Amino acid sequence: MNIILIAVLALGGIGLISAVILYFVASKFKVYEDPKIDEVEEILPSANCGGCGFPGCRAFAEATAKKAKDEKNLEGLFCPVGGNDVMQLVGETLGLEIEAKDPMIAVVRCNGSHANSPEKVKYEGVSSCSFAHALYAGEGGCQFGCLGLGDCVDACEFDAIHMSDERGLPEVNDKCTACGACVEACPRDIIELRKRGPKEKRIFVSCVNKEKGAVAIKNCSVACIGCGKCEKVCEFDAITITSFLSYIDFEKCKLCRKCVEVCPTNSIWEVNFKPRKPKVDKPKKEAAEAKPIDISKGKATVVNKTDDNNNSGDNRK
Amino acid sequence: MFTVSGSPHVHGEYSTPKIMYGVVIAMVPAILVSIWFFGIDAVRVLVLAVAASIFFEWVIQKYLMKETSTIADGSALVTGILLAFNVPSNLPSWMVIIGALVAIGMAKMSFGGLGKNVFNPALVARVFLLISFPVQMTSWPKPRAITEGLADVITGPTPLGIVKEGLSAGKTMSELTPEIPTYLQDMTGQMGGSMGEVSAIALILGGIYMLWKKIITWHIPVAVLGTTALFTGILWGFNPESYADPAFHLLTGGLMLGAIFMATDMVTSPMTHGGQLLFGVGVGILTVLIRVWGAYPEGVSFAILLMNAVVPLINRGFKPKRFGTNPGIEIKA
Amino acid sequence: MGLLKTFKLGGVHPAENKLSAQAPIEALPIPKKAFVPLGQNLGAPSKPLVKRGDEVKVGQLIATAGGFIGSNIHSPVSGKVFKIDVVLDSSGFRRPAVTINVEGDEWMENIDRSDEIIKEITATPEEIINKVKDAGLVGMGGATFPTQVKLTPPPGMTAEYLIINGVECEPYLTSDHRVMLERGEEMLIGAQILMKALKVTKGYVGIENNKPDAIEHLSKLANDYQGIEIVPLKVKYPQGGEKQLIKAVVNREVPSGKLPIEVGCVVQNVGTALAVYEAVQKNKPLIERVVTVTGKAVSKPSNFLVRIGTPIGELIEAAGGLPDDTGKVIGGGPMMGKSLLSTDAPVVKGTSGILLMKKAEAHRKPEQACIRCSKCTHVCPMGLEPYLLSRVSKLGKYDMAEQERIMDCIECGSCQYTCPAAIPLLDYLRLGKNKTGQLIRSRNKK
Repeated sequence: MNIILIAVLALGGIGLISAVILYFVASKFKVYEDPKIDEVEEILPSANCGGCGFPGCRAFAEATAKKAKDEKNLEGLFCPVGGNDVMQLVGETLGLEIEAKDPMIAVVRCNGSHANSPEKVKYEGVSSCSFAHALYAGEGGCQFGCLGLGDCVDACEFDAIHMSDERGLPEVNDKCTACGACVEACPRDIIELRKRGPKEKRIFVSCVNKEKGAVAIKNCSVACIGCGKCEKVCEFDAITITSFLSYIDFEKCKLCRKCVEVCPTNSIWEVNFKPRKPKVDKPKKEAAEAKPIDISKGKATVVNKTDDNNNSGDNRK
Repeated sequence: MFTVSGSPHVHGEYSTPKIMYGVVIAMVPAILVSIWFFGIDAVRVLVLAVAASIFFEWVIQKYLMKETSTIADGSALVTGILLAFNVPSNLPSWMVIIGALVAIGMAKMSFGGLGKNVFNPALVARVFLLISFPVQMTSWPKPRAITEGLADVITGPTPLGIVKEGLSAGKTMSELTPEIPTYLQDMTGQMGGSMGEVSAIALILGGIYMLWKKIITWHIPVAVLGTTALFTGILWGFNPESYADPAFHLLTGGLMLGAIFMATDMVTSPMTHGGQLLFGVGVGILTVLIRVWGAYPEGVSFAILLMNAVVPLINRGFKPKRFGTNPGIEIKA
Repeated sequence: MGLLKTFKLGGVHPAENKLSAQAPIEALPIPKKAFVPLGQNLGAPSKPLVKRGDEVKVGQLIATAGGFIGSNIHSPVSGKVFKIDVVLDSSGFRRPAVTINVEGDEWMENIDRSDEIIKEITATPEEIINKVKDAGLVGMGGATFPTQVKLTPPPGMTAEYLIINGVECEPYLTSDHRVMLERGEEMLIGAQILMKALKVTKGYVGIENNKPDAIEHLSKLANDYQGIEIVPLKVKYPQGGEKQLIKAVVNREVPSGKLPIEVGCVVQNVGTALAVYEAVQKNKPLIERVVTVTGKAVSKPSNFLVRIGTPIGELIEAAGGLPDDTGKVIGGGPMMGKSLLSTDAPVVKGTSGILLMKKAEAHRKPEQACIRCSKCTHVCPMGLEPYLLSRVSKLGKYDMAEQERIMDCIECGSCQYTCPAAIPLLDYLRLGKNKTGQLIRSRNKK
């Protein structure tokens, strides 16, 4: 009995003394950290993706807390993964009003699928778009078009972009947080971050070919030839043509759909719109290939119904 | 339609299956010797080890790793034969199969498959079996020519075992000499031991074939054998009655097998010649340490496994000679 | 004779296949349309002088150097400029080029077209360098580095030796071989001109031992040209790489990241030496070159003297036409050449040969797991570790790649050639070099 008592007392005593020492050392050497940082970090999605421009969520939390204290606003700081929901909560925690930003999504601006841009040569080599871009123009012959080797797919940390085997092009689904990783990864600057649009509706030119129209159309049947019809028909000054390529400014675009109708090569896409009443002038095959792809079907995850606040709901459960 | 790819557009004659099957051909002399001396048992162990290795690799790749099967490249075949070489011919069949599972499943596939393992799979299996089933793994059948008929097998210790026991019991080397086989018997295979290690001549023949086909280089075998000979030579020169002579050490136990087939395994040995020499020296030193002062009579397996663990460090330290380090004239800054 | 000289580190022995070695140089008929790209040299692309509708003569200056590292371009044909537009190059990219509709074959008056071999060199070193610059000469081995820049060592460095690269280590190619046999004397005079420009007294011509006729022929001629020594070399790829050539001939190693001039050597291709002779002694700018058309299925493997700007398809027609089972068209040799997308691309200053590969040989073996055999390390002529560099390039660790000297890689392809697991080592290495180079450039900018 004695020995047990001695053991208990001895170890207990050591434990107690250690605890007291630790307590004093911890309080003496404590580094003051704004408690708000921890609170903000709790709210953040902990993806540590770098989409905000900071190395990890903790760094973003520190930056917001500091900026809120020094400048009383959070301009320029935005977590694309958390989106407006999370930024609202961050603002509340820091005692600030945050303006809701339009949610963005990555858009692949190329429609040079196997059907539209048939292969003229066969590529053998590493599956790296950066490498293939330096090696040659592309299997379809267009030197601006998507190479289909998947650097964007590798870069995505949210499982939001996948290669479609039948088309040979990447497709973005609703998990996209617009962090920008795929935009960086693409060596041909084909992917762009654009506004998601009301009810996920958006219109964009699905081509980045800067060659003369005659040359572009030889390699891909749905290329933008820079004819200018879209520019003429747009009433909101949203379309500009530079270097035989049309570009729609998503801030100015009002989604009136007029440009889509006049494009002779079906190069402009309208996504998630109700189908029009069918006209009989365009050949059905091309139209079916180039017209809207509802990203909620097929391989992508099902999109939650959007509510009227333009929030697409939290899909990252 | 043309093909487009980066240069080079031609390829040399080497391929993984060629290398693996080259190793198999090099092992044929030792296989024949083992069948000659250990009879039908040897065939049983060989066939089981090979079949089990290939089967386990196929199953694991198809159902666990869900990737295309690579059993055609011959590496599972090589592992199977080496496993068979490392066990006594009277090992129960179920133990052989467990050995194959450990070699392929634990030592190779769990690291990621071919090329990614740190330790030599056949040796890991041998050590595993040795530690799990020490009795069955150390009852060595006495070799007799296949022509003597299929009588019951008698078991006995290996020459190394006899020497170890004898020396620790206080006998001297001269007293032990009549009890151990002669050098000629050691070389041709008339000594107790695992299936592949008995005949030094058969193994050396295989080694010469691999050198000719450029599957291995001389660095590791020479380093291992040379270091062992040197180290044991020093000891024996010091006191010939307490230590066996170098020729004995070279010809008995698994040293020849280890030096020629196990330590030279490409995946688990260093990449530069300098590193390979250091690796061989390490194996030699450790082998002698274990044989003379360790608890086991044979130390090659442990020595090689220990040096396998050091190989990544050796690769860090030993880099090839870079071009440009010897300008030939004085360079102005 | 003793042991042949060679470089010590690494090297492989691909099958030589010099199918066109006995075919004498044949002048190809002038094309109907010439497509002269404006980017034919390493460095800045050239700026066009002519415009649509201009009449041009052979040898007329049509574009000027785009920068210090740039070269002039002269019209290879006579006729009218059709347009200055983008034209498909060998990789499928569209690059600016001058398209000329050919009319006749009228040359500029100052060009000496006689066959007489002019041995006396009257120009001074400065004049030589200016003539070389004006003639738009670039390295004809394929690198297309502007020659006048090589002949002007940076301040503080002097040249000690000139080495002429007659090695032609790439399998299949024979254009340099034929030039040495048929225009050997002019080539040696060109070498002398280069030696005068560099102010050196010793010149070497390195030739691989699989060209004994060229070695014999030039050795005889070299007796009249003091200071020039013919050096036979052991047949080993990549002996023709300039660093390996310098090591073999004068036993000096160019340090990492530095140029050959730092060890006192200047290396020039045989074709460049011939072009120097023509430019300095005959006032002829670079407008044509010898191109080998070869391949196992080609009915008439040949060496053609071709005007720059000729579409490659015409060369293939002259060699017997495109074989039916052609799987790959390669511009250059099989070890370092580029695979072309189509035969519409034009011949440029750096086109040394066209190789047509059969379908059976045109495909890569499927990639397998690395078995760490270290063969790639043993064949690398620069002493690198391709298995490690390709691994870190794949993983994106470009700082480690830089540390392991990935920028020293000369992209010879020996590693990928040897790899038993058919791993595309050079693909990953190129990717790694590209990204590491970007990293270094962005770091130097700061």
